[in-house]
Amino acid sequence: MAANPNAAPAQPIDSTNHGLRVVIAWLVLSAIATPLVAIYVGPLIPPGNGSVQGQGQTFSNQVMTSLVTPVLCLMVVFFGYGLIRFHARRNEAILDGPPLRNDSRVQILWIVITSAMVLFLAGFGTYELLKDGAGGGQGPNPIAFPANHQSAFQVQVIGQQWQFTYRYPSLGGMESNQLVLPANSVIALHVTSLDVVHSFWAYELGVKADANPGVDNVAYVETKGPMLFHVRCAELCGLWHGYMYNTGRVVPSAQFRGWAAQELTIYHAIKPYVNRPADKGGAPYSHIYLPAPERRAG
Amino acid sequence: MRLGVKLVLVAVVVVAAGVIIGFYVSNLTTLAGSPAYSVPVQNVNGHPVVNLEIQTVAAIGPKLSQNPDWVSYLIHTQNGWKRETVWNLPANATVHVTIYNFDGASGLRNPYYGRPQGMVGNRVLIDGKPANAVDPNEASHTFAVPALGIITAIPGVADDAKNQCGFAPCPLSNAHRTIQFVFHTTTPGHYRWQCFVPCAAGWIFGFGGPMQTIGYMDGFLNVKA
Repeated sequence: MAANPNAAPAQPIDSTNHGLRVVIAWLVLSAIATPLVAIYVGPLIPPGNGSVQGQGQTFSNQVMTSLVTPVLCLMVVFFGYGLIRFHARRNEAILDGPPLRNDSRVQILWIVITSAMVLFLAGFGTYELLKDGAGGGQGPNPIAFPANHQSAFQVQVIGQQWQFTYRYPSLGGMESNQLVLPANSVIALHVTSLDVVHSFWAYELGVKADANPGVDNVAYVETKGPMLFHVRCAELCGLWHGYMYNTGRVVPSAQFRGWAAQELTIYHAIKPYVNRPADKGGAPYSHIYLPAPERRAG
Repeated sequence: MRLGVKLVLVAVVVVAAGVIIGFYVSNLTTLAGSPAYSVPVQNVNGHPVVNLEIQTVAAIGPKLSQNPDWVSYLIHTQNGWKRETVWNLPANATVHVTIYNFDGASGLRNPYYGRPQGMVGNRVLIDGKPANAVDPNEASHTFAVPALGIITAIPGVADDAKNQCGFAPCPLSNAHRTIQFVFHTTTPGHYRWQCFVPCAAGWIFGFGGPMQTIGYMDGFLNVKA
């Protein structure tokens, strides 16, 4: 019988076990990359070790980055191998590859591995959140507390367009435009807003909590040694949102007392006005701090 | 078209778009198209000294704005009062500020801002009398430069005052309050200033319009070397 000139060329027989190659390359690359990422990259991921909560977040990021490294390696090896091994060279005839067939072992393995990873991450994340609150705002009734939270140092964070100010109830409700915290202390931050929604983000401390008008959003943080940290608003809040930042300090207790004494002398002049009843225009310390908007609007 | 040429073209377009967006954002957040006024500088014993004379008005009026009922700050220039809120100042200079307020009181949302801070002596002169606190209920506006720690509340004109100003520019013969203080500029930079009283009448809780627009109740101190 004469050969059909229009028939597709016969596929060359390829006895190479590409799957085995990919798996071996993946295992080797993962074995090298995962420890490197865990040891050298993980600790560099923010927010750092400025507070116990920040340290916990950095550890969580380290674990998750390490876990995702083999997945990334698999994708890199799979696509890299495919691009190198199966690409058609210039002027080479385009041939269809071998047919794909179901392989229940691969499918089951894929489902089991991904399910295990997702379930592990869900459990791990939940544990890390519930352990000490992870520096997040928990609303007015927190459910996750750090140790010794009963004796936490209270600070109210007040967002307003466009500045954060801070009130210290243990200092007679003294208010300041500086956030200074004592070192090695458990701090309860009561975050609220006087106008629109802001978000208090003390980056290096690992604290982030929305500031909503009329809401007491509580976030816990345990400070460590003296340090500087940045405070930013993380919620687009109007014209000067980009300028709504300042620098906070964690200082030794003695230095904190000195700073507080200095601030109290400045605050003393306005204190009688602030401590008037709310219906007289004052704002005595309260976790729900929202002056009547009707009276205050232009 | 070859793949390499396509990639280069895409890269060029992306970079160009980034540069354009960057310039736009930079302009929006620094000068926002508002003309900058260079405040005249005096040299006193080799030290730069500036007199910054500004006024606040309840309504800017039709002569100076397309939004005649907007509350606004104005600056006294060599050509009279102008609605310009971006001001060029020298670095490491002494700035004598005089604010004439022609607006009534609406009260501070946060009473803490009734405490003058950040200026020399942490006090101001109100109608010539030294004060280290302003009753939050009597505040009409504030002048604040948060990055320099400067804030002072500005008391308002009494509701029953005679000869009140209708719209800007207001002559000093109209009822007004005078606030004076001195501060020092530091290193060069863009320092935004603003009013902390939600004073934009007619907007939700007073936060819209002139409170969100450079050229009215917000501006910049462009501190230059």
